[in-house]
Amino acid sequence: MVEFSSLIDPVYIATVVIFIIGLQRMSHPSTARSGIVWAGAAMLIATIVTFLTPGLSSFALMAIAIVIGGGLGYIAAKRVSMTDMPQMVAIYNGMGGGAAAGIAAVHLLGTTTAVTSVLAVVGGLIGAVSFSGSIIAFMKLQGWMRPRPITFTGQQFVNMAVLALAVACGVLLLGHPAWVPAAFQFYLPAFFLLSLGFGLLMALPIGGADMPVVISLFNALTGIAVGLDGFSFPTPNYAMVIAGIIVGAAGSLLTLLMARAMNRSIPNILFGAFGATEEETGTGVQGSMKPIEADDAAVMLAYSDTVIIVPGYGMAVAQAQQKVKELADLLESRDVGVKFAIHPVAGRMPGHMNVLLAEAGISYDRLYDRDEINQEFPDTDLVLVIGANDVVNPAAHRQGSPLYGMPVLDVEQAKNVIVLKRGAGKGFAGIENDLFYRDNTRMLYGDAKETIGLLIQALKKL
Amino acid sequence: MDLTMFWISVYIVVLAAFTGYVVIRRVPVVLHTPLMSGSNFIHGIVLVGAMVALGHATTDLEKIIGFVAVILGAANVTGGYVITERILQMFDRSKKKQEKEA
Repeated sequence: MVEFSSLIDPVYIATVVIFIIGLQRMSHPSTARSGIVWAGAAMLIATIVTFLTPGLSSFALMAIAIVIGGGLGYIAAKRVSMTDMPQMVAIYNGMGGGAAAGIAAVHLLGTTTAVTSVLAVVGGLIGAVSFSGSIIAFMKLQGWMRPRPITFTGQQFVNMAVLALAVACGVLLLGHPAWVPAAFQFYLPAFFLLSLGFGLLMALPIGGADMPVVISLFNALTGIAVGLDGFSFPTPNYAMVIAGIIVGAAGSLLTLLMARAMNRSIPNILFGAFGATEEETGTGVQGSMKPIEADDAAVMLAYSDTVIIVPGYGMAVAQAQQKVKELADLLESRDVGVKFAIHPVAGRMPGHMNVLLAEAGISYDRLYDRDEINQEFPDTDLVLVIGANDVVNPAAHRQGSPLYGMPVLDVEQAKNVIVLKRGAGKGFAGIENDLFYRDNTRMLYGDAKETIGLLIQALKKL
Repeated sequence: MDLTMFWISVYIVVLAAFTGYVVIRRVPVVLHTPLMSGSNFIHGIVLVGAMVALGHATTDLEKIIGFVAVILGAANVTGGYVITERILQMFDRSKKKQEKEA
């Protein structure tokens, strides 16, 4: 086996290089698909050569664990619908964090040097935080937990106290075995429990609307944990170090870019408890919501020259994208110009809507970014908002609103607006939307898929 | 880890961080989700570390933790791959369609 083990480092180096090429390819739409295939092949080979690592035992356990974890991960990922992708990214990221914490725990239990222990403690802390935080993110997006921010008085103090205690336990762990040998049994579990607790507390006050940014942040944290863990081995595992740090840096940048797309700062997202409280400026909303029937809405659509469709999470939940395409094609056959306005964070993640619409076969040249289309709304006859709420809320232009400053689609400037909505409730951010109360807005209630079906039927009869 | 090793490690970390930054720097918003998912897959490399940790584990407790870590790491790898692949498939197909129409 000794001669085979000399393969490990060359293979790891190749793996890292292919990862970088893969990421590079993933950042261009035309090469994106090949990027993940490359990275996947590299990962497979790296996993195989790892079995050649000198001095390993428990191969059977290793193989069983890979089959269980890999199998479950594969099946779950294959079965989940495209709509649920964001929370799946969260949960798999959490698992990576958990694995990083596990590696740190094994190293801290075994014999380590001072330096590797420090890295194991830091890697373990970050990995555990990412693990529990990602699980909360998953539960909130999956609807197993209410997506509203969960807050209590003194929350930030409690959070900081838990973090400080975790760090203190970590420091005491490092002191072992010189002056706290007997207490080691206590500090190690305490360290991990407190770290897990901090991850949980960190994710609780974050509202569903901010979740994508936070998932991206946890993704970056897992990368950093993996990178630091790479150093905690007797001989550093540079594949882990480099791949982990690359993800940490890329993920941090991605987090910033996503936060910027929502015009929110990271501290604001983490500590702002967005949407927890209603606007202090009073009700502010005038008028009433005016409902419309599908037949009347179909007439409005048919006699418009230009229609802009604004899809949101409601469309994704109702799986209405196919029907939306059908509706758009039908309208175009009647010489109605149809465009799609895609807000950067419509849905639950940047690009989420583009993916869903592409899946339904709507070509990219019909999709427009916020910046491209915003000035077209005043000249548009009709805007059809399908299950979007916060991204079309004019309150974003009003100082004092929690949404103030968020770039939104200015649909209220169109001549008419029809909003497809499941019920009269608020958006994900929990903020009243005065668009719904405008004179030129009509509300079409019901499940998006059924409602669009009705619109199509009515249009065909016209 | 002596001082030379320490500084070599610092070089590696700095260069890796820079690489990650450069690779991601100019990404269209549309690709944010697939890239997040893709980088989520790449930190699945934690699997190889978990395997080594399990392989070197001596006590039962270490083995149990190592075993769980390998399960989690393997799920990160396969799940991350499949999700990213599925998301990117959408891009592929729509591109082909556009070409056909053109």
